[in-house]
Amino acid sequence: MPPLTRWFIKTSFLYFALALVAGVVIGAQAVWGFSPPGVDLYPSYFHLLAEGWITMLIIGVVFWMFPKYTLEQPRRNPSLGWASYILLNLGLVLRIISEPANAVVGTPASVWAILLVVAAALQWLGGMAFVVNSWGRVKEK
Amino acid sequence: MPRLSTWFVRSSLVYLALGFTLGAILLVNKGLAFLPQVWKLLPIHIEMLLMGWFVQLAAGVGYWILPRLSGERPRGDVRITWLAFWLINLGIGLVILETLIPLPGILMIARLVELVGVLAFIINTWERVKSFAS
Repeated sequence: MPPLTRWFIKTSFLYFALALVAGVVIGAQAVWGFSPPGVDLYPSYFHLLAEGWITMLIIGVVFWMFPKYTLEQPRRNPSLGWASYILLNLGLVLRIISEPANAVVGTPASVWAILLVVAAALQWLGGMAFVVNSWGRVKEK
Repeated sequence: MPRLSTWFVRSSLVYLALGFTLGAILLVNKGLAFLPQVWKLLPIHIEMLLMGWFVQLAAGVGYWILPRLSGERPRGDVRITWLAFWLINLGIGLVILETLIPLPGILMIARLVELVGVLAFIINTWERVKSFAS
């Protein structure tokens, strides 16, 4: 298993646990109502599961097990793979912080809103880096 | 990787790219609120990433790596899984269409098409869920 795969899979486990923590907080909100009004943690919960856990687990396994691109470049461009890892993680973490904060502040174009835009761009770039690096490895044998 | 798997996986990568693009637009809109109508596209974002990305990636890889059957048809009747591919993609397309142009009954038809596609995949895969030795 290549190092990038290990990083993706272990990171995905952390997001899996964090998603369940978010789920516990959502449950606790319903019981004690301690959260500021308007803070909806469901988007964080979904994205920790769907992007942090499942998608990153898939990306790690794809980088490891998909058909070789060429004999010289079996995993195509590992730098692009690492770029995908860094961009996706920076974007997701920034999103998990700025999305609830933006909901609390509530005014358009606050600093949290700007960070949300940055998070969107980082996640998008990370996703595209994965697609570009994997496309050529989807081939018949 | 068999040809059918390459179609499933490439389609899943296309939907990943489209779903991430729409997700980024939705998130930017959440921050800057530049176009409230964009929020209506959320069901398309969900459909592209759940059915388009996760389901098709899993189906393509499953068709590729699950134990093969003995005899002349190691992956069962390939036509049934091709049918699954086309029905799942038609269903996704109809869900997207229904979100853009709401028409009565289209969502139900779309889900029905997806259901038949998924059943076709399950039927042709069922026998391959076995020990490698058997």
